[in-house]
Formats: sequence, C-alpha cells, structure tokens
Amino acid sequence: MELVLSIAIGVMTSCGVWLILRPRTYQVIVGLSLLSYAVNLFIFGVGGVKSNVPPILEDGIDPSTLSDPVPQALVLTAIVIGFATTALFLVVLLASRGLTGNDHVDGRNDPK
Amino acid sequence: MWLWGQIARGCFYRQPWVLGLEGEVTVGVTFEAYLLIIVLALPFVGSLVSGLILNTTSRDLPVFVAGVVTLLVLGLTTYAYTFVGNGSVLRFDAEWLPQFGLNFTLRMDGLAWIFTMLVSAIGFLVVVYARYYMGEEDPIPRFYSFLLAFMGAMLGIIISGNIILLSIFWELTSIFSFLLISYWHHNPTARDGARMALTITGIGGFCLLIGMLLLGNIVGSYDLDKVLASGDVIKNHALYLPTLIFILLGALTKSAQFPFHFWLPNAMAAPTPVSAFLHSATMVKAGVFLLVRLWPALSGTYEWFFLVGLAGMLTLLLGAYFAMFQRDLKGLLAYSTISHLGLITTLLSLGSPLATVAAIFHMLNHATFKASLFMAAGIIDHETGTRDMQRLSGLFRFLPFTATLAMVASAAMAGVPLLNGFLSKEMFFAEAVETNADSILDTILPYVATLAGAFSVTYSLRFIHTVFFGPPPVGLPKPRPHEPPRWMRFPVEFLVVVCLVVGIVPSLSIGPFLHVAAESVLGPDMPEYSLALWHGFNLPLVMSLVAMVGGTILYILMRGYFSRCEDGPPIFRRLRGQRIFERVLVTVSWRWARMAESRMGTRNLQPQLRWVVATGFMAGLLPLVLSGFEVRPLAFSGIDPAFAVVWLLGTAMALGAAFFAKYHRLAALIMLGGVGLTVCITFVWLSAPDLAITQLLVEIVTTVLILLGLRWLPKRNPHSFEVVTLRSRFRRFRDLVLAISCGVGMSFIAFAVMTMPVPDAIATYFLDNAYAQGGGRNVVNVILVDFRGFDTLGEIAVLGVVALTVYALLRRFRPADDSFEMPEQQRIQNRFDEERPERSLGDTVRDYMLVPSVIMQWMFPVVLTLAVYLFMRGHDMPGGGFSAGLTLSIAFLLQYLAGGTRWAEDRIRILPLRWIGLGLLTAVATGIGSWLLGYPFLTSHSRYLDLPLIGKVPAATALLFDLGVFSLVVGSTVLIMVALAHQSIRINRLRAIDAARSGDS
Repeated sequence: MELVLSIAIGVMTSCGVWLILRPRTYQVIVGLSLLSYAVNLFIFGVGGVKSNVPPILEDGIDPSTLSDPVPQALVLTAIVIGFATTALFLVVLLASRGLTGNDHVDGRNDPK
Repeated sequence: MWLWGQIARGCFYRQPWVLGLEGEVTVGVTFEAYLLIIVLALPFVGSLVSGLILNTTSRDLPVFVAGVVTLLVLGLTTYAYTFVGNGSVLRFDAEWLPQFGLNFTLRMDGLAWIFTMLVSAIGFLVVVYARYYMGEEDPIPRFYSFLLAFMGAMLGIIISGNIILLSIFWELTSIFSFLLISYWHHNPTARDGARMALTITGIGGFCLLIGMLLLGNIVGSYDLDKVLASGDVIKNHALYLPTLIFILLGALTKSAQFPFHFWLPNAMAAPTPVSAFLHSATMVKAGVFLLVRLWPALSGTYEWFFLVGLAGMLTLLLGAYFAMFQRDLKGLLAYSTISHLGLITTLLSLGSPLATVAAIFHMLNHATFKASLFMAAGIIDHETGTRDMQRLSGLFRFLPFTATLAMVASAAMAGVPLLNGFLSKEMFFAEAVETNADSILDTILPYVATLAGAFSVTYSLRFIHTVFFGPPPVGLPKPRPHEPPRWMRFPVEFLVVVCLVVGIVPSLSIGPFLHVAAESVLGPDMPEYSLALWHGFNLPLVMSLVAMVGGTILYILMRGYFSRCEDGPPIFRRLRGQRIFERVLVTVSWRWARMAESRMGTRNLQPQLRWVVATGFMAGLLPLVLSGFEVRPLAFSGIDPAFAVVWLLGTAMALGAAFFAKYHRLAALIMLGGVGLTVCITFVWLSAPDLAITQLLVEIVTTVLILLGLRWLPKRNPHSFEVVTLRSRFRRFRDLVLAISCGVGMSFIAFAVMTMPVPDAIATYFLDNAYAQGGGRNVVNVILVDFRGFDTLGEIAVLGVVALTVYALLRRFRPADDSFEMPEQQRIQNRFDEERPERSLGDTVRDYMLVPSVIMQWMFPVVLTLAVYLFMRGHDMPGGGFSAGLTLSIAFLLQYLAGGTRWAEDRIRILPLRWIGLGLLTAVATGIGSWLLGYPFLTSHSRYLDLPLIGKVPAATALLFDLGVFSLVVGSTVLIMVALAHQSIRINRLRAIDAARSGDS
C-alpha cells in the first residue's frame, strides 16, 4: 500500500513540476492540479494508511483504532481551497489571454 | 459578556500609586495618579474634536477648542506642582502587555514637570498666535488638530515612565511633525522638507527603539525608574557602546545635531507657528531632553564625552557659522537653533552636574527667546510678505513695538546681560573653562565656545540691523506693513517679559523650579550653584566680553558682504547635507534597487518557478544530508494488487496529462479528471469517505470549469513548424531532471513518513472528544465546524473572496481576437442546417445531445435531495456543508449544461451574491451568538431533536455554522461558473458592438 501510494505521489509530483515549468498557461494549470493531488495525498498519508476504519464514531468501537481525522480535515480544506485557486488561476489566464492575445505565461508570443 | 470580562481584566486593570523618592508606596486610587493620564489624553481628545469639526466655517471654534485644551493642561500641570515641588514623583501604572513585562507607566518628576509646563505654555501662546497668522483660505481645524496631537505626543515623551512607551511617543512626534511641516501640501518645498524631516527623524526613532530595547535588556526592565537607578550596571555592560550609539543616533537626529542637522532648515517651509512650537521650543528639544533624562544612566564615560561632545561642539560652531550667512529670516533662526542645541549637547557631554543644570536652564531660556523670535519673524513675514533679509530694511518705523520686542529677544539670543540668555551662556563658559575630561576636545572647548559666542552676536546683530534699521524697504510684496493685531503680538510680549524677568531676578523667578528639575535628574549629586547676575570679574565674563566685541567687529566688517552674498555660507555652500541626503536616497532607493532587480530579478515566470522548485527541493534535501540520512530496510507490508492496478492506471493518466497538455488539451483534461478519480478511489480505500465525496464533487466542478475555459484558448496545431533550438532542448532536459528529482524525493519522503509509526499526536484528543464536546460522530466534520471552526470561517471567507475576484475579473473580460468567432463545431453544425432546406439555422445546436439533457433536467430534484441529505447527515456521517454545497451547485450546473445559459436563467434565478453574503453572515452570526451567551467565539452547543417523519436529527449550533458554509459554497461555486458561462452570451453583445463600430467607420 505505502509503496504504491508513495510511487504515485512521486509520479504526480514529477508530472506537476514538469508542467509548471512549461511556457503555456494551460500546462501550468494542469501541473498545479497534479501537484495538489500529490500534496493532498502526501498530507493524508502522514496520518497513516489504514483501510476500513473511517473516523466515524460508533458505539462499541474503540476510537483509538480509527484512522487519524486531523490530516483528513486538513486535506478537505485543501481540496476546497485548491478548487478556489484553480478557478482563480483559470480566470487570470483567460484574462491574460484576452489582453495579450496569446497563452504564454509571460504574455509574449515569441518563444525565446 | 465574556469578551468584556476579558478586556476589563486584561486592559483596564490599574494599580495607581504615588511613589515617593524614598521608595514609600501609597496604594490607592487618587486623583493625582489620574492627573497624568488626563494631561496626556486632553490634547489627543482636543485633536479628535478638532478633527470632527473639519468642515466648520468658524475660525474661532477650533481656536477655542485648542485654547481650552492647552489652558486645561497648563492648569492641571500647575496643580501638579503641589506634588512634584517637594521632590516626589507622580506615577500612573496600568498593565499594557504584561506578558512582555511592559506597563503603561506615566511618571512626572521635576524635569518632566518643567518641560510639561514649557510645552503647554508655549503651546497655548502658539494657539493664540496662529489664530491671527493663518490665512483666510487655510483649513484651520486641520491645523489645530495636528498641533494638539503633536502636543499630546510631546507630552507623552516627557511623562513616559517606560522607555518603550517613550519610543512610541517619539515616533508619534515625528509623524505629526511631518503632517505639520507639510501643512501647506500644495507647496513642493513643504512636501520635500516634511519628507526629509520624517526620513531623518524616523530613522533616528528606529535607532532609538533598538537602543531602548538594548537598554531594557541590560537592565532587565523597561521601567524608567529602574533604568535610571542602574547607571553602573549599564556603563559596565559589554553592550554599553552599541546601546549608547543607537540612543545617540535617535537623540542627535531629533535635535538636528551635526551631521544630521540639515533637515531643520528645510523644515522651515512649515507655517511659522509650527516652527515656533516644534522647531524652537519642543520637538527639537526632545533629543536633548532624552539626553538629560538618561543622563544618570548613560553619562560620565569617555565614550559619552567623546561622541556627545564632538557632535555638540561641531554643531555649536557650524550652526552659528551657517546662521550668519542665511538670507532667509527663518533660516537664520533655524541655524541659530541648531547652534544652541549644540551648546546644550556640549554641556551635557561634560558629565559634570553643574553643566547639566546649565543645560536644563539653557533649554528653557532658548525655548522662550527663540519662540518669540520665530513669532516675530512670522509677524514680519505676515506684514511684508517676505523673509529675505536682503529685501527687508528699515522696518522700525512701521513696526516699532514688534521691532523692540524682537531686539530684546535677539539680545537674549546673543547673550547680552540682564537677559536670560546671558545667564546660561555664562554658566556654559564657566563649564567650558573647567577641565572635565582630559583630551584635546576639552582643551579647545573654551575657544570654540567663545568663537561660537562671537558668531551668535554677529547673526543677532545682522538680524536686528538689516531688518529694522537703514532706509525704508523698496518693492515689498505687501507695500504698507503695519503693527499686527493686539493678540498676535501678545505671545511675543509675554515671552519677552519672561526673558527679562528671568534675566534680571533669576533666583526669584525660575530658581526654585530649576532646582526641582535639576534635583530630579542629579539626585544626591546636586551641586551648589547660584543664579546671580553678577559673579564678579572672572574668566567667563571676559569670554563674554571678547565674544561681544569680536562679534560686533565681525558684523561691521562683513556687513557689505552680507547685503549682497548668495544664500548659504562660503566654502560650505557647495557641500550641503541636503544634497548628500538626496543623493544617498536616490542611490539606495533607485539605482541600487534597479541594479538588484536587473542582476537578480526576472519578470519571467519560468525562471522564478524554477528557482522556487529548486529551493524547495534543496530545503527538503538539506535536513536529510545534515542529519545523516540512515537507510532503513524497506518495510514491505504487501501490495494489494487491485490497488496497484488502480494506481498503474492513475500514474499512466498523470503522465498522459503531462504529455498531452501542450497540444491536446481536451485529452489532458480527461486524463486529469481520471487522476482525480483515482485519488478519490484512494480516499475511499483508505478510510476517508468525507474526502472521497468532496474530491469527487470538486473534480466534477473543476472539469466543467476548465471545459468552459478551453473555448477561449488559442488553437494549437501539433504539426506546425517549430524550431527546437539547442537551448530549448537544454532547458527541457534541465526541467526534466528537476522534475524527476522532485518526484523521487517526494516518493522517498512519503514512503518514509508513511512507514514510520504514527506518534500519539492530537488525533486521540479529537477522537475522544468529538462526540462528548462536539455532539457529532463524524470526527472530520466536527473538527471542521466545531474544534477548528475559526479556520473554516477563514477558509470560506477566502472562497467568497475568490468568487468575487473571478466575477470582477470577468466583468471586463474581452477575448483575444482569434477566439472572437463562433467555435468551429457550431459553425459546422450551422453549415449542416444551411445545406438542408428542411432545417432552419440553429436546429442542430438546439437538439444536440437531446436525451442526456432531458435526463439532466429530470435529475434536478434528485440531486437537490441528495444535497439536503448530505447536509443533514454531515455531523454524524460523511457529508457536511462543503459537499452539500458543491452538490447543490452541481444541480444548478446540470441545468445550465442541459438547457444552455438562457434556458436555465429563464427558469431559475440563483442570485449567487446573496448566497455568499447570507452564508458568511450566518457563519459569523453563529459565532457571535456564543458571545451573547457568554462563551468564546464559535463555541458550539449540541443536542438531538426529534423531528416527525425524519427521526432523530443532530441539532448542534455547529449545524447552523455548517449551513453558512453550505450557503457560501453554493454561492461561490455558482458565481464562478455563471460568470464564466456568461462570456458566451457576452461575446454576442461584443460582436454586435464591434459590428456597429466598424459600420460607423
């Protein structure tokens, strides 16, 4: 489990970093999304990786066996904020595209 | 109520007492203790009142307010003498920041008393004077508001009993002085002068704060009494020299000492009442006041003598020298002030008690005669319209009273017998002759003193002789000068009378007060001295005589030169502090900044991001290298094959998204969504149902959002010819290496973290208390809406702000020219319609995906119910405000997708802005509700309600908060979506406008 998850995090990080260093705004937005998946999974993984023990209290179940709710709460917040930043970035990239007429991250046309 | 209780306990807790010098403490609430806070608060209150009547047309109302305030301060201070006069100290103490050991302490001893008197008395005179000085068009209330606030800050410096508090008031005087100098802000010289004064004194104030922090650190307390009592500890401490240097930088900049003197002449662009108040009597005195104040703690060392003495003597001599060559009346007075402040500094440097008495005495004397001279100069300016001494002459015949007053005052400035200036100057000469510290500085001091004395005689003579005598003036801007109104002259008269009285019968007038003031500084070292006019024929008297005669001869010799010379002293004319200051400023804030930007900065995003990523990578690697990374055996807990297959697909899609993002955006987006679904599955797999729900919903919304955006991006053809240079190949290779390193690093860290035993952290607390305290079984939701509710409040506020920003950005959005036309697909569909006679234009678009859209329309109530369900069960089961909000917005979104923007908006009106506002209000109101019940913000209360049909429902107040979250999430998401969707409608309008415009032309 841990091995698969950490390799997945690594691959998504690599793809994300590669993409945010590209010159086109669309590549950057895809890259940021991939990076945020990786980071969210990483934070989530800090709390330990357990199956079938969601942090929902039920009578007769020892709370200490449940999975860690704190990283989950953090990641839930992160997902929502990530959505907000993606939306904002999308609109900024559209505005920049409208203003400059191209989709380069610096707003210039010629690839230097 | 809880809050008020906190404040009352935290801030209004007072311990007033009157502290005797012997250390006896009388605890009790007495009027005397509150006296100080009233004295300090009155000017600020007056300033606020003046600020509130900014629009009044009455010229007398603001003067009345300011007059009453200053008189009250004066009266209360006079009354305070009954306590201070016998050598005791008035104290007021209130807790300020007790965790840092800081108290709001006010303290008035003899020295503080005499300065409070000085500031409030001259303040009152300036208030009266300014009433007549200010022009018809000047905004009077603003002037008095600043003036009173400045006075309050000045009083704060004087009566602070805590050295940090003192620094704060010190900064306040700099700020109000800036506002007062730039009072005529339409005048560029005023603006420049104000800026320079603020820069210099502001930097000084910063140094002072550092010095005070060091001082407090050495002593172990910021209380002024404790600091003053620990002189020996301070002087023997290793940090003494830096402390001294920083404090001196503060004091010397404020008192315009060499080499920081140049701001004062430039501050003369201020209205004359300001110059009279700030630049003669009070603010510039703050520096020397501080030196006197800290004299017991800092003085007496060789460093003190050398630093303070060198600055003082240079200032004394150069100030007097520069003053002789000024053409501007106020310029002459400004340099003379600099020189007199240098005299005081020199006296303080000597470290002898008698010199300190002389310094205090001269501060008072200088304030009286210099304030009256500034006011006289103001009258001359007011009556003639100029202050240029080469244009003024023979004014005695027009202004006999004012001329007489000015002559007496400048005689005091020159140190003529029978006037107060003479007495303190004699004391200075006497101290100059004494050997205090054996060094070259001490040896040359008597000569420097005599020379500066001679210069002061010369410039005083020049002032009197050129302005009041000689032929009548020609070509004045105001040709018929006459005596000013009665009450404009009154302040000058009053001050001149004080000069005379102190000068003739010193021991009967100023004697006892000076004694109290000096004793409060010197304590047991109080020397014997006499304030008599005649001390016999001794060396100081000879020096005075030499200075008088020498100064007069010098004036006679230089008269011709003065009447035609350029402004500024010879030799130094070219070397002006002001110009050096400006050059330094330009170099630092412009040239160096630009150089740094061009060398180190870039405006391109890619290098910036590359640096960020590389730094992040190094920051992750460095601790590993430093702490000696230890390779552990792989803890292999087995691999679930199904999970591995899921992620095999997931990583393949991530790689695909990275590969296709350049040319095949839609494919990349689909793959991105696939990765998101994989993440979602992972959350389900690994016991995080809440995350899975949220991730799934966010994934849907994000994908739709980006799909809406795709339409405005330029087309990209993979087969288009693009030169791949060697450089860009290298760049790609470098980025690839960076990306792979980051990925490998992340894998390692993630694996290491996940295989480590989870320490017993805060998780247990939340798991144990979620039900008992938060009344919910879904711990993640309880954390979000209850334990960490404040974070969530902040988060939804961010979401709301983002939505509004998106909305604002898109209101002015104009697509690029090449996205202006109809999308290719629509054009194909329309062409299809045109080619067939039985179809009309738009049929295909209308019928496009008919079956899915009918299903989507029917799904509306289902999705709506799902949202309500998710919301209601959120506290106990996976769900909650976030996911419910997203679900509801998806319900709306589906309607937009199914029927198009117009169709949807004909049927539902969503008003997302109201949802946002209502959500935020609900969340905040829930939080405030707990205040009203006496609990901290956002404390929740929970119980179960039995509803008919539905059954037991958790009804915590957190549910109300969650309702706010829900509403805001709906509003924000819908607002973003709708704003983006509307662009397709807006573009039709833009096309129409463009068509109309091109038709016109």
